[in-house]
Amino acid sequence: MQCSYAATMIDAYLDGELLPDQAAVVQEHLGRCMRCSSEIAEIARVQKSMRSARGHYAPSAEFRRKVQRQISRPKRRGWLFWTVPVGVAFATMILLTTFAWVGNARRSAAFAELADLHVNALSSTNLVDVISTDRHTVKPWFQGKIPFSFNLPEFRGTEYTLLGGRMVYFHQHPGAQLIVALNQHKISVLIFQESMELGRTFMEPAALDRRTSFGIEAWQSRQLSFVLVSDADPAGIDNLARLLKQANE
Amino acid sequence: MDPEFFEMLAMPLFDQLFNLAQWLTGNRTDAEDLVQETYAKALKGFRSFEEGTNMRSWMYKILRNTFLTSRTGLKVQNTVLLEDEFDGLDFAAHNITPESHLLQLENSHSVMNALAELPVPYREMILLSDMEELSYKEIAQVLAVPIGTVMSRLSRGRKMLRQALLAGSPGRSTHAM
Repeated sequence: MQCSYAATMIDAYLDGELLPDQAAVVQEHLGRCMRCSSEIAEIARVQKSMRSARGHYAPSAEFRRKVQRQISRPKRRGWLFWTVPVGVAFATMILLTTFAWVGNARRSAAFAELADLHVNALSSTNLVDVISTDRHTVKPWFQGKIPFSFNLPEFRGTEYTLLGGRMVYFHQHPGAQLIVALNQHKISVLIFQESMELGRTFMEPAALDRRTSFGIEAWQSRQLSFVLVSDADPAGIDNLARLLKQANE
Repeated sequence: MDPEFFEMLAMPLFDQLFNLAQWLTGNRTDAEDLVQETYAKALKGFRSFEEGTNMRSWMYKILRNTFLTSRTGLKVQNTVLLEDEFDGLDFAAHNITPESHLLQLENSHSVMNALAELPVPYREMILLSDMEELSYKEIAQVLAVPIGTVMSRLSRGRKMLRQALLAGSPGRSTHAM
């Protein structure tokens, strides 16, 4: 191989840019040619010295900040981009909370009304319209007065005493109110036909009205809604509820 | 690519790009202008950057093209370039072999001066190859020239550098050309 040919390859050889067979040819020549081997050593030295050009000039911190500010523009757009969904989520949350609160307020109002029916009966000069401890007297009394019928359990032999019954209205719906005594406490048993409004009210199976401190238990059975209201202890209300549920299954 | 990733990918290259810019322009003010414009252009065109390709080469290419259209760069384009065809390296280089040990490579200052004095087409070749250590293929892409041109210009550039570094004989620097 001629020196002139090697010279065209020598830089590429040094940079590792030759194909293996080309490199082998150059390598073989370098082994024989003193001039070319000293040439390549010198090129390598020059090449190596160029590394000090790296990092020779450094930008100022101020200039870096300037450019950084300039290109971080999309980030701000990204920030806006995220604000919208977050805002929407927040608004939705507030809306849902409001609905829940309104719903809850409505439910509380319904319970308060039911508690009022109980209080109203207790404060009335005639506690009941039909006075009887006999369920077979009380139940027929309601016939023709309310558009449904219900069953009453046998109270004899239990701690409960049936005092009688009266007619009541809840949201313009006629219903039956039975007064049952448990020791000195009186329990109102309110029975209505199932309706949308009552259904919503009775979504929560048992609740304590905190304003009146009345225990309230409500459930639905065979298109009838039952509500117990009393200042008796919760266990007393529970037991009566169980008796009524059994009778109306 | 999403412009949101631009800052993340481009800022780590800031020092390198600035260094390269000042080597090309020769002064700090022009280098700052060049770098600033490069980042602005790159951000604008970032959607066309393909993931998985070399971000550094891509930025170099923008910087180099921006440089060519700058005041300094236009001057460079107007200077007549020595022919790119590989001329078989006139063996003048061999004539200086006896003095080669006197090449002032120990003096970093003179080495850097010699590099700065090289005409831009050779300087950028040496910067990309020997300073940034890009492959011939990458250099060809950055400069948009054939690989053969990269080889010949690089070889010639190194030779010119050696001439310039001949110890105590500035008169000989043109000798090998």
